[in-house]
Amino acid sequence: MELLKRSFFGGKAAKIQFFAIIIAIVVLFFVPNFGSAYLPLFLAWVITYAVMSLAWTLFSGKTGYVSLASAAFYGTGMYVQAALGSNLPIVVSMIIAAAASFGVAFGIGLVTLRLRGVYFTIFTFGLSLFLNKFIHWYEVKFFHTKGHMVLAYDNLTVYYCVLVVFAIFLLVVIPMNKSRFGLALDCIGQNEDSAQHVGVNTTMTKVLAFAVSAAPVGAVGAAMATTIGYVDPDIAFKLLASFMPVLMAIFGGTHSVYGPIVGAIVFYSLQDYLLRELPGAYMIIFGCVMVAVILLMPKGIFGVIDTIIARRKRGFDGEVIGDV
Amino acid sequence: MSDLNEILLEEEAAADCGCDEKSTFVPDADAVIVGTNLTKRFGGMTAVDCVDFELREGEILGLIGPNGAGKSTLFNLVSGFLPIDVGTITFNGVKISGLNPDRICHLGLGRTFQAAKNFPDMNIFDNIRIGALFGIKGKSYEQADIETEEIIKFVGLEKYLKMAVPDLPLAIQKQLEVARALATKPTVIMLDELMAGLNPAEVDEAMALVRKIRSGGITVLMIEHVMKAIMAICDRIIVLHHGRLIAEGTPDEIANNPEVIEIYLGGEA
Ligand SMILES: Nc1ncnc2c1ncn2[C@@H]1O[C@H](COP(=O)(O)OP(=O)(O)OP(=O)(O)O)[C@@H](O)[C@H]1O
Ligand SMILES: [Mg+2]
Repeated sequence: MELLKRSFFGGKAAKIQFFAIIIAIVVLFFVPNFGSAYLPLFLAWVITYAVMSLAWTLFSGKTGYVSLASAAFYGTGMYVQAALGSNLPIVVSMIIAAAASFGVAFGIGLVTLRLRGVYFTIFTFGLSLFLNKFIHWYEVKFFHTKGHMVLAYDNLTVYYCVLVVFAIFLLVVIPMNKSRFGLALDCIGQNEDSAQHVGVNTTMTKVLAFAVSAAPVGAVGAAMATTIGYVDPDIAFKLLASFMPVLMAIFGGTHSVYGPIVGAIVFYSLQDYLLRELPGAYMIIFGCVMVAVILLMPKGIFGVIDTIIARRKRGFDGEVIGDV
Repeated sequence: MSDLNEILLEEEAAADCGCDEKSTFVPDADAVIVGTNLTKRFGGMTAVDCVDFELREGEILGLIGPNGAGKSTLFNLVSGFLPIDVGTITFNGVKISGLNPDRICHLGLGRTFQAAKNFPDMNIFDNIRIGALFGIKGKSYEQADIETEEIIKFVGLEKYLKMAVPDLPLAIQKQLEVARALATKPTVIMLDELMAGLNPAEVDEAMALVRKIRSGGITVLMIEHVMKAIMAICDRIIVLHHGRLIAEGTPDEIANNPEVIEIYLGGEA
């Protein structure tokens, strides 16, 4: 309770942030009434990527363990929807998808989070590949098909589903960042050895954060599967879904919840535009943008803005005026 | 039954650790940390070799030895940072070998690293507060803040509070680490070369700090190369050489031990 107060009402900035989020969500709730028929689907994708990018930031942005497992969690959600979607209301199957992704991440975390640095990254990358191949084998062996049909829902329903996931996730992540748990994650990112030696249970903290970050990704995966109508391993576990959230988070910056959201808006819009206008050159242009972002803005767009503000605060002889 | 198995396995392991004989080490009655038969290898190199040692309640115990003798490795074994190949460590009678560092910290053991490990993006206050918040479970933020203030005064870090951690002089970075370890409210603290690279006046300050820590009821185990400091403040000294414990005694005894004189003078001549 005290934590909630501190997160949302402690200080002016927190209050502004809280009301900004509430207003944004209310606006997002009514937006589809005003746009084209395509708008809800477009926004659903933007929100899906925002959730994935936020989830990535929650774990990897804080701990420095770069995960490429987003596709694995997303695909798990899609497959849960394919398996259960025709028998259960979408809300229920989404909750089950979230739980399934949570479980996969928890198990994988227990095994791999003792690995450090690049080994962890490679393992999570392999996880998506493995799930792809494993499910492929499983489908062929037991169903003699590749892929499954998914019961379709209208775009507006799907939009509201992912919006709810987004809202819940935001309202969980912000207090979490301010909690002891968030602090422990920060410590792990800055010096894991030191954190462990002053009593932070680093293994459990990492595993839990990894699992918590996987749950909403599974949920949006389930929702979005219904807009495609069909999933197969290559769709569900496509590797781009592991890289996009990282790119969006790096572009936006990982030090606030806004960074990944801005990254998702910019990059999904860009992707959408390129796919429609220049489908042939899409991958090339997109790849160049990725490289440029990583080279030029390692601290993200908000980092760039901070630097500019800091520069303007400096006096003529480079002396720092005020707190930078 | 399984206990017996464990003992048998341990004896077997002790037998092939290359120790001359099974340890007959009998620790003192007021020992808080007891290490028996400790052995650690890195590849083919034995960094800590069949070491028996004890840390007695309330003392300042010095751990000395030439570079590469295995001193820091011994610390790493005790704090749970590295797994032990052979041997056991107990802390207040509880077996701690095999536990993770966070568990060992919660039991009341604090330590610093030879190359200070701080949280670079946090300010000094938060660096210490982390120790207070996580060192003891369920501590309130208010209580942690109060204790952090106290420790800043105790260690004497007031004048650095505004500086960014990476900009601190090395000596102060080490003191910050001491402060964070103290914030976990340990009963034993292990200091790895607190005084390396300090000028004589700073060495005196650091010595005063170590004495103050002990007066506060905390048992101290310290690695140090600054002989003047070691001889002045330690109650007892143990000497490692090539991973083996070669001498144990009061500062006077160590200063007059021919073998110790040999490895120090022989090595540096
Ligand atoms: N993690 C490790 N992996 C491999 N070798 C190691 C590791 N840690 C220490 N060593 C080796 O073990 C030996 C003992 O090292 P240790 O750091 O314990 O020495 P030390 O007595 O603390 O020396 P110094 O006075 O220089 O700090 C050295 O030869 C070192 O190279
Ligand atoms: Mg050392």
